[in-house]
Amino acid sequence: MKFRGLIFANLFRKKIRLILTVGSFAVALFLFSFLAVVKGAFGRGADIAGADRLITINRTSIIQPLPLNYRDKILRIPGVVAITHNNWFGGVYQDEKNFFPQFAIDPQNQRIVLPELKVPDDQWANFLKDRQGAIAGAKTAARFGWKIGDKIPIKTTIFGGANTWDFNLVGIYHSEKAGGDESQFWFQWDAFEEGVPKTFKDRVGWYVFKIQNPDDAPRIAKAVDDLFSNSDFETKTETESAFAAGWVKQFGNIEFLILSIGGVVFFTLLLVTGNTMAISVRERIGELGTLKAIGFSDRAILSFVLAESLLISLIGGLMGLGLAALAIPVLANALNGLLPELILSPAILSIGLGTALLVGLVSGLLPGIGAMRMRVVNALRRV
Amino acid sequence: MVRVDSTGRSNSLIQVRGLDKTYKRGGEEIHVLQGLNLDVDKGDFVAFMGPSGSGKTTLLNLLGGLDVPTRGSISVAGDEVTNMSAAKLTQWRARHVGFIFQMYNLIPVLTAFQNVELPLLLTKLSKSERRRHVETALGVVGLSERMNHYPRQLSGGQEQRVAIARAIVADPTFLLCDEPTGDLDRKSADEIMNLIIRLVKEFGKTVLMVTHDPVVAKLADLELHLEKGLLVEAGQQQNAYAGGAA
Repeated sequence: MKFRGLIFANLFRKKIRLILTVGSFAVALFLFSFLAVVKGAFGRGADIAGADRLITINRTSIIQPLPLNYRDKILRIPGVVAITHNNWFGGVYQDEKNFFPQFAIDPQNQRIVLPELKVPDDQWANFLKDRQGAIAGAKTAARFGWKIGDKIPIKTTIFGGANTWDFNLVGIYHSEKAGGDESQFWFQWDAFEEGVPKTFKDRVGWYVFKIQNPDDAPRIAKAVDDLFSNSDFETKTETESAFAAGWVKQFGNIEFLILSIGGVVFFTLLLVTGNTMAISVRERIGELGTLKAIGFSDRAILSFVLAESLLISLIGGLMGLGLAALAIPVLANALNGLLPELILSPAILSIGLGTALLVGLVSGLLPGIGAMRMRVVNALRRV
Repeated sequence: MVRVDSTGRSNSLIQVRGLDKTYKRGGEEIHVLQGLNLDVDKGDFVAFMGPSGSGKTTLLNLLGGLDVPTRGSISVAGDEVTNMSAAKLTQWRARHVGFIFQMYNLIPVLTAFQNVELPLLLTKLSKSERRRHVETALGVVGLSERMNHYPRQLSGGQEQRVAIARAIVADPTFLLCDEPTGDLDRKSADEIMNLIIRLVKEFGKTVLMVTHDPVVAKLADLELHLEKGLLVEAGQQQNAYAGGAA
């Protein structure tokens, strides 16, 4: 600690250069955090998906429906313990930019198959009693300032019929799992059936069902798809995590993209910081020679250079992560639910800071070793 | 007492025997020092003179453990300097040598106080002990009032006085001064020389100084001239050449 004064004095020797280098770290760490958060958001569906849940969609596409009578047939397959179904409503609340997913749900089985999405019992009871009742995720309710008892008008864009459907908000659900989706809006299947044109009746968007033993998932998925093969509505069944991962893949190879950009950012940062440290050491060869002459060891000289580069990376890294912590919630709000929830997790912060420190260490190492190895008599000639 | 002709063992503080230093430059060997002998006792003040390239700074670097000789030995207070590893030599320098350079070599981002404190950071002294030592050293050089000034806020003479305070703060065995007045005007040079003489007379410091300035050299107890790789006492240069030629 007694060398602190010397290290900090050298660190602040060229303030503009310090600001620019620290700024490079801050921008890089901010970008890294943002990319990591986006990657996490895309992958979170797969991470928190239930291991004992399967999803069945139309083999052609998820936007093609499945018959309602598949429900009982799937339920009869050995190993299936409960089933529910959802329909995508695709309505607009006030303005198209106010996007959030709306589902017509099967109220009898929703809570059995998706128990992690918690609704208080009294609210659920009110939901069952009210044909126009609706339950909103906590995040969506907070976003629009809804409270129980509010009327929520949603304009349909797919199903024709009455132009605007009015719902009574009777409940708010929370996810028990960290990072779980709290943006959905549920309403009664019966209301949906009543309101949609005839061609859409007795058709569901997809089935979600619970199985007894996760190890049976491949067998049961095959059994479901075999059951409906060569029918008008062939199915594609997979685990919930595979479904979530497949959903993400539709956007391209997000992970590769993010890793590539992150890699380029950090490599560039390494070059920038390495160059800065090399210049910084070259500028004070004479001073380092003087320190060696009066008795500072080679290792001490190396430590000073490394301490400087590590401090630059630490300050820049913390600034970048701090900036990300402030900006990401703002960004998430601006995206209006277009992306899954953006979470700057402790793991992202740790990896970001760790990588920044590693870049700092590597960028200081070469100039530091050069300073350590230089001969005092040669260095003193450069005063 | 300073001697340049001893060859056997002695009780001198600094004992140099058969010192050779050869450089290779472009395939050519340059013999800078050739079998140099020197004995310096505690409290001696020696000035080394000689033309450029005669090896004055090389001799100072060897005496200060900054460079290693091609042949020969240097011992200081019983320590055989030439046999030490690089790491050991660094520790030895910190303990025994105080350097005063022509260009002062202060760290520009540190205050006078912090510059003087540098050698003490290598000791086990507490912060308050370090402060006391630094204040004493700055008091000796007459800069107590300027301890919080940065080098750029000081005159050349004041900078050199800070450098002298840095050199003496850890109470080294001897001081090596490389053209300590070379970058100063006459008035400042006189002040610096008075200070160095005071260090010798009042504090019993051993000082070895390289200078081009005959006025400065005459202030030392003994002037030695380095020519053709050997040391000779002032006034005997011609004889030495004649002897060497013979």
